[in-house]
Amino acid sequence: MIYLDYCADTPASRDVLARFCEAAGILGSANARHAAGYAARAEMSCAVSDIAALLGVDPSEIIFTSGATESNNLAVKGFALANRRTGRHIVSTAMEHSSVSASLAALERCGREVELAAIGRDGRIDLDALERMIRPDTALVAVSAVSSELGAVQPIAEISGIVRRRPGCRLHVDAAQAVGKVGLDFRLADTVSFAPHKFYGLGGVGVLYKRYGAELEPQMDGGESTTAYRSGTPAVALAASTVPALRSALEELSARRERVAALNARLRSELMRYPLLRVNSPEDAVPHILNVSVEGVKGTRMQRALDERGVCVSVKSACASDGLPSREVLAVTGDSRRALSSFRISLSHLTTDAEIDGFLAAFDECYEVLTKKPRL
Amino acid sequence: MSEKRRALIAMSGGVDSSVAAYLMREAGYECEGVTLRLTRTETAGTHGRTCCSEEDIDAAAEVAFELDMPYRVLDCEAEFRREIIEKFVRVYEAGETPNPCIDCNRYMKFGRLVEYAAENGFDCVASGHYARIERDAESGRFVLKKGLDPVKDQSYFLYSLTQEQLSRIRFPLGGMTKSEVREIAEKCGFASAKKRDSQDICFVPDGDYGAFIERFTGRRCPEGDFVAPDGCVLGRHRGALRYTLGQRRGLGIAAGDRIYVYDKDMENNIVRVGPEELLFRRTVFARDMNWVSAAGLDAPMRVRAKTRYSQREQEATAYPTARGVRLEFDEPQRAVTPGQALVLYDGDAVLGGGTICGEDKA
Repeated sequence: MIYLDYCADTPASRDVLARFCEAAGILGSANARHAAGYAARAEMSCAVSDIAALLGVDPSEIIFTSGATESNNLAVKGFALANRRTGRHIVSTAMEHSSVSASLAALERCGREVELAAIGRDGRIDLDALERMIRPDTALVAVSAVSSELGAVQPIAEISGIVRRRPGCRLHVDAAQAVGKVGLDFRLADTVSFAPHKFYGLGGVGVLYKRYGAELEPQMDGGESTTAYRSGTPAVALAASTVPALRSALEELSARRERVAALNARLRSELMRYPLLRVNSPEDAVPHILNVSVEGVKGTRMQRALDERGVCVSVKSACASDGLPSREVLAVTGDSRRALSSFRISLSHLTTDAEIDGFLAAFDECYEVLTKKPRL
Repeated sequence: MSEKRRALIAMSGGVDSSVAAYLMREAGYECEGVTLRLTRTETAGTHGRTCCSEEDIDAAAEVAFELDMPYRVLDCEAEFRREIIEKFVRVYEAGETPNPCIDCNRYMKFGRLVEYAAENGFDCVASGHYARIERDAESGRFVLKKGLDPVKDQSYFLYSLTQEQLSRIRFPLGGMTKSEVREIAEKCGFASAKKRDSQDICFVPDGDYGAFIERFTGRRCPEGDFVAPDGCVLGRHRGALRYTLGQRRGLGIAAGDRIYVYDKDMENNIVRVGPEELLFRRTVFARDMNWVSAAGLDAPMRVRAKTRYSQREQEATAYPTARGVRLEFDEPQRAVTPGQALVLYDGDAVLGGGTICGEDKA
């Protein structure tokens, strides 16, 4: 099997697994007031402090959740509910993961007004347009630092500058695809979400950074845990295993990225030979993601054909199959058939040259078979 | 008027609806494909194919893409649960054997789609059913007719359509045989489309209705007695709604003679079993009649009738009653089951149909 879907999930590293097994031996709820509980709480505090130190934030600003989806839900809905009076207007983009866009849709059903900022051909938010869109009643701007389907990188510092000029307006950054792929200063935002399974950590755990002073209404009722914002018995071992994953992701970012950039460059140049292929990812997208379309071949069809040949790629990051074109590709290209034809190749520093060869051979076959079909 | 007429195509991802979409486009319509999402059985943890699984939606979306027509999924889960599943459970609990596909055609497939089509400026709704619609020049009524391919004819499931619905529905496959449809599918490369002609009820893919109803309601079906015609208790049953008239297998009764379910007494939780001859009757009552092609029945009429889809039509005389019809079959019929559909034909035309019921209710 040639796995080229690393933006969906990555294999847990040996360090991560070792740390998990070690911490999983700890008995006791971190919420309990006895020796076992204190031991679990100490382990939890250790994980929280390490993560805060790695991110350059305060330990009080780290909230553990079940994943990036929960982090995004908590940030977007929790913020809106905590700030009912500050404004009903929310700005976002068509480049968001479904856990953000669906949370916004839920808020829309409760009377909030959600507006999407224009996206340029380069996949970037139009900063002038963003500035004009923000109104006195704009309560929240929610953007992804790196978009999940195209890998488009948003200028978070500039966006933060614009948002910060409006007192009361908050910035939520979905960093699920950013951590380990680009540098990101968490302090630029009010909330930032990510999940370690995207960078060689374990699934079932997510993090939400919440700036100390930012208000947030918990979305899970059940009493105070290690933070007031997320109740439930803390998953100590999952939290502990996040530390080595995050450390490697940050420390090895440049080396990993360089490796991935070389693979990406090779893929791009090889794929150029196919006349019906269009690259959808912008030039300056993260190298880990290469989104392409083959004219006249639906993305799901290509995905299946590649899968039959042992290659895993993805079509749309959202899990729901609804037959609709990719919102991201549509936003950038304005071409719905091209968006319907798109699929995503996502790379890792673990990807080998032989795997790229294997992919290219499989793709060549699929291309031949699928583009030869007569047009109806 | 140079503007193209617009057709909404009900697409399931299967061969028939794919060919229907192709034919409508070839007939010059501006088409849009749509799939109703009715259930999410797979995500609920049971395995098996349903009529609107993710694979089916992918397949339908791919065919729409090939035909270069827009496509969308209409989410109807809540309505489907309310109109179809809840009624299915209610009818089963009342001791009858419902036919949810007929309700689905009436309320969801055509009810919802005709409504959606009207709201969105479509001239008609097309589907891959094997049935025909013609307009009677004299009466001006739309007449629902059998599909030309006798093996594929699906008119039985469509008796509950209204005149208004018929006026907006197209069945492009109605005049074709299955092999002609296959040929077109082959030519278009729809051969990869899922081949799935008949199936169980889509929301109970494993066919175990009793277990489904227990899961759905959260109530166990109480055990009770199998009782013979002479009043003897022959054994224990596992919940009366698990049994259907004419059933012989799976009763777990060790009796010398072949023994069949011939009646269910839900009130007393008794399943009556006996020899096969108790299953035959010539008189059948039906209620909630829909006279799809006819104006109604005001005098006795000679008809051909089906009490189940897979049955050959039988000669009978229909008599109007206060709440429906009474049918006197020429030959005794086996295991006519309350809750199932009685459909009456006059030659090729579906006169109408209704729900089979006990005699006191008609």
